[in-house]
Amino acid sequence: MNLIELNDPEYFQELYAATMPESARPVPSYGIEDPLRGLVPGEVEVREGAPKQRLLRYLRREILPTTFCVGCGGGTVLNTFTHAIDEMKIDPREMVCVTGIGCSSWIPSPYFLCDTLHTTHGRAIAFALGVKVMKPEMKVIIIAGDGDLAGIGGNHLIHAARRNIDLSVFLVNNFIYGMTGGQVSPTTPFGVRTTTTPYRNVEHPFKIADVVAAAGGSYVARWTTYHPFQLMESMQAAIRKQGFSFIEIMSQCPVSYGKTTGMREGIDILKYLRDASVNVDDAKGMSEEELEGKIVIGKLAERRRTEFCDGLRRLNQERRQALAAEFGVGAESGR
Amino acid sequence: MSKPPENAALTNRYLEKLAAKAHFIQGDEAAALGAIFAGCDFFGGYPITPASEVAEVMARELPATGGYYVQLEDELASISAVVGAAWAGARAMTATSGPGFSLMQENIGYACMTETPCVVVDVQRSGPSTGQATLAAQGDVMQARWGTHGDHEIIALAPASGQECFDLMIRCFDLAEEYRTPVIFLMDGEIGHLRERVVLPHPDEIERFPRRKAVAGQDVFGGEMVPPMLEFGDGGFVHVTGSTHKANGMRDVQTQAVHDRLVRRLVAKIESARERIAMVEVDAEDNATVAVLAYGATARPARGAVLGARRAGRRVSFVRPITIWPFPIRAVRDACRGLRRLLVPEMNLGQLAREVERHVDCEVVPISRIGGVIHSSRELYAEIEKAVS
Amino acid sequence: MIVIDEEFCKGCKICSEFCPVGVLAVSSTINRKGYYPPVVEHAEDCHGCRLCELLCPEFAIFIVNEWVDEQAS
Repeated sequence: MNLIELNDPEYFQELYAATMPESARPVPSYGIEDPLRGLVPGEVEVREGAPKQRLLRYLRREILPTTFCVGCGGGTVLNTFTHAIDEMKIDPREMVCVTGIGCSSWIPSPYFLCDTLHTTHGRAIAFALGVKVMKPEMKVIIIAGDGDLAGIGGNHLIHAARRNIDLSVFLVNNFIYGMTGGQVSPTTPFGVRTTTTPYRNVEHPFKIADVVAAAGGSYVARWTTYHPFQLMESMQAAIRKQGFSFIEIMSQCPVSYGKTTGMREGIDILKYLRDASVNVDDAKGMSEEELEGKIVIGKLAERRRTEFCDGLRRLNQERRQALAAEFGVGAESGR
Repeated sequence: MSKPPENAALTNRYLEKLAAKAHFIQGDEAAALGAIFAGCDFFGGYPITPASEVAEVMARELPATGGYYVQLEDELASISAVVGAAWAGARAMTATSGPGFSLMQENIGYACMTETPCVVVDVQRSGPSTGQATLAAQGDVMQARWGTHGDHEIIALAPASGQECFDLMIRCFDLAEEYRTPVIFLMDGEIGHLRERVVLPHPDEIERFPRRKAVAGQDVFGGEMVPPMLEFGDGGFVHVTGSTHKANGMRDVQTQAVHDRLVRRLVAKIESARERIAMVEVDAEDNATVAVLAYGATARPARGAVLGARRAGRRVSFVRPITIWPFPIRAVRDACRGLRRLLVPEMNLGQLAREVERHVDCEVVPISRIGGVIHSSRELYAEIEKAVS
Repeated sequence: MIVIDEEFCKGCKICSEFCPVGVLAVSSTINRKGYYPPVVEHAEDCHGCRLCELLCPEFAIFIVNEWVDEQAS
């Protein structure tokens, strides 16, 4: 290592100029007024010879098409999410998407065009807590996978539910560690073969939505990628809810989950999700044996409790008002 | 992050009140007050001996200045929340000790890679592992430098008194902002729990290094040695990732040149500022053949030993690095010119001594004391006598 | 009107499989990436439920319907 080189800023300018031609750099997007401006309803935008959906304006178009596998449920979740944001007319400048590591963490980041924070494995919720406390007016949305949020990040998940911090967490559950090639995850069903359970899985899976409901989540639901309309409405309810909202989205991973279970097409796993789903209202009248192997979908819990950031702000306000009284300084709007 | 004018005035009055009289406080508390005076608005932490007092004082003082104290479920969440808060505009910090510092390494690396300004206080205790939880050591020096994986640089400062705990914390926050890097505050259990007289300055005397924000067309992760930053909500649609990324933040792990450029710049960012960041206290004696180099808690008995040796007619110099990383090469080399022996007493098995040895021409004699006991002046005086003869 | 972006399509066949009225079929014309996109077989049966639009992982199929878009905007 040549210290002189390291200390020479010219070296970097040259390296920079040589490998980053201007034309390859998309300009950072500042102050976008309206993602759909200029696109008349009913009009189809044609780019590179193919007609494009108007909702693509919500995405970082320069990196499309996505890197999702053929038939990946992650794409469906991104699609549903974008529709949900569009229908609610949320300004992407008010959103922060925080994700971890894994295929599901790639759903909003980097595809969705808003402030995105792509963090380390399992820690998305902890990072998001710091973001939300300092920016309570922004919508902080976390989309990550089962291994990420329920495995390594399990602790952060249940504590965030306990605190009731106003985050929207969409856990995309494809029952596997997909990105690394198909290892067993905390939500892999009992008995299933994976690359690290080559004989069979001897562990029982989490019903993670139930765990979060018990930990104190304010809005807890479970849907699948086979139910995109219900999922979209649930996402909207989750984002609107002031408090910790959580949706477990069962999703298909035809490549990593499919290869050892034999369901090698997105269609196969979607059919499995369709057939295994039982609405929560119907499930109430069913026994344990009948529910074996079923996925209970619907809104599982909803409650109202003091939200974490509200509590912090109120504390500060009280303290500041007491100080203001002590110093005889005018009252102020507390941060 | 801007606060309305009335808020700043109220905060100022409160800080004035705190500064009105001298305090007799522990190093931990002085460090916490230093953070408050530096404008820290977010503390995310977890209790651990001997750093819990930092958290307690922050929990007590932050609401008064409009900041937020959050106790997280573990140290991993602590450092994560700190980095998240920094990207939401906060001057953010955490405080821990050895075992917690080990847990935080992954996301300290994330902060290095994403160039996130933040301060991590490590009140070192005897290790490895749980070790002697309540006793001091200086065993995290190399961990502060290399704890996280991959090529990176770090800034670490070591205070040797309660007053320095206060003063240097303010410097830590400024360095973090100036170089867009995490800064490690290497305290130790001795200084952390030692009660001393600490004088707080009037809040108006403190100048805070402002965070430089990017405007349209500027890159947040390249283009300059220390690029301007953005905050969530600024409308810049910034993409922050720990993966190798281009100057605009977008991930590119396939192109060798992109990684090369990014990581070399991250290293050069601090390497090239080594001498500007360096803070070393030198008490040189002409024609001295022996010197003592000590930092943190060990600097106290070391200085006593040097003064004792001088009273006995010996020519001994005293060198106290305040900046531990990046190691202040020039100042230490200059101070050690012409020496025969350099004594380096440490409460570890010779971690900084190894670094000193690389840079000085004289013989380096590490004097290790582990087991939670600090060197005594008498013992170090005997070592000086041995070295001089 | 059903619009299909043949270039983004990865030929997963989810849309054609799950269309409730069987409007779509798999075409025999390969796209540039080597996939077979869907093709509209029975356009008159489509009642604009948008299930294909929401299910598609690639944003490659969508409904353009003046009435529906006016409602949305």
